[in-house]
Amino acid sequence: MDWSAFALSLQLACGTMLILLPIGIWAGRQLAWREFHGKALVEALLALPLVLPPTVLGFYLLVALGGGSVLGRWYAAASGHPLTFSFDGLLVASVIFNLPFAIQPMQRAFEAIAPEVREAALCCGMSTARMLRRIELPLAWPGILSAMVLTFAHTLGEFGVVLMVGGSIPGETRTIAVAIYDRVQSFDMAGAGRMSLLLLLISLVAIAASYAITSHLNHARRHA
Amino acid sequence: MSIFDRKSGGDHTVRDWLVALSCLLGIVSNCWARAPLIAAASDLNFALTEINAKFRAETAREITPVFGSSGNLYSQILQGAPFQLFLSADEALVFKLAESGKTADRGRLYAIGRLVLLLPQDSPLKLDGHLHDLVAAFGDGRLTKFAIADPAHAPYGQRAQEVLQRVGLWPQIQARLVLGENVSQAAQFAISGSTQGGLVAYSLALTPALKKLGRYELIPQEWHTPLRQRMVLLSGAAETAQAFYQYLQTPSARKILLQYGFALPNE
Repeated sequence: MDWSAFALSLQLACGTMLILLPIGIWAGRQLAWREFHGKALVEALLALPLVLPPTVLGFYLLVALGGGSVLGRWYAAASGHPLTFSFDGLLVASVIFNLPFAIQPMQRAFEAIAPEVREAALCCGMSTARMLRRIELPLAWPGILSAMVLTFAHTLGEFGVVLMVGGSIPGETRTIAVAIYDRVQSFDMAGAGRMSLLLLLISLVAIAASYAITSHLNHARRHA
Repeated sequence: MSIFDRKSGGDHTVRDWLVALSCLLGIVSNCWARAPLIAAASDLNFALTEINAKFRAETAREITPVFGSSGNLYSQILQGAPFQLFLSADEALVFKLAESGKTADRGRLYAIGRLVLLLPQDSPLKLDGHLHDLVAAFGDGRLTKFAIADPAHAPYGQRAQEVLQRVGLWPQIQARLVLGENVSQAAQFAISGSTQGGLVAYSLALTPALKKLGRYELIPQEWHTPLRQRMVLLSGAAETAQAFYQYLQTPSARKILLQYGFALPNE
């Protein structure tokens, strides 16, 4: 069992969740309630990581984060090492390939809030921040929770993009999914089997917990 | 009704907890990753692990090897991957790195690799290093899948291609080839049971895990360009990487390379 790779994967998944939580809430609300020019294009761009081959996404990220790009040069100047093959680079990539997994469930959750509820709150003179905290989040949180669980599970499972952008550097970019691949190449089927089983159980528990909470909540609402 | 309803910021606790967890994991994984990173050709997969264990026992220091095809590691180094030492299976890549100013010098030859025909225990092919039976099996249909490393970036794949060309199977065998990302994956394919065999590194065929699963025979050395394996310190290599570079040239490290079937250069 490669615990360092496991810890790295958890760290990447938690980091991605923390970054995408505010982004997802903001973008989810915008997309749910606002109409603007090019909205269809924005939604299509955000959904792109769902359908693009990981190698295509990996290629563009490698170009966008590499030493030839503005971001890559700026990061290298500030930190003294390149963004590709580093944990930070992996985190940036992870945030990007998880955008649809975080935003879409949140958008659906905000869309499901009846406009009358928000209008009533506005009439009562609630501030936007208070409305978000007291009305929108309590109503939308099962969607937000599923978004976070999906992001978490998808980060643990992502392989192609991680390999292309991060390589397989222990303690830096070798996630558990990449470590499994490396173990198989080293003829260590038993080690690969143990890590695969752990990943399978975690993903199952995460998804099952999210389903359980959501259905429990819907049940409680119906009987409220 | 939900966790967000609690007055004293229930969501803050969750977030603080996540931040703390994330930091803790960061510290833990950083502790694991302090040893300098060494980019090493896949044929060193087991030999280098053993040398590293001995190096640790003798000097209380250690390195972290990252294995891959020499070609892939070469491009990663060019793109700025944080390696301090490069153990290539092909010296041409080291010279190319030296020309782009990424290395301390032109490095040292540390080993000469050999190619073997590796067959799984139940293979329908006869074990024959001169590949007469491979050619026959290609003709009579016993050979449906054969593993080599990807010639595009793996030195052992390029040598395997030369050997297949020599026995007249190239290019028609290409449709039946399974290409490994590196020679270690090719060896895994070769003994997986899904192929009838493969052309892989001698050093891998000698590892205990493979000895149980497969049979091998050496390919004549003069059938392909020699696998002259060269190592080089990369610019900015720190003390431990330098010490390991020196250690690889000591008799105790060379003995392990010899055990894994490498010929030792006298350079």
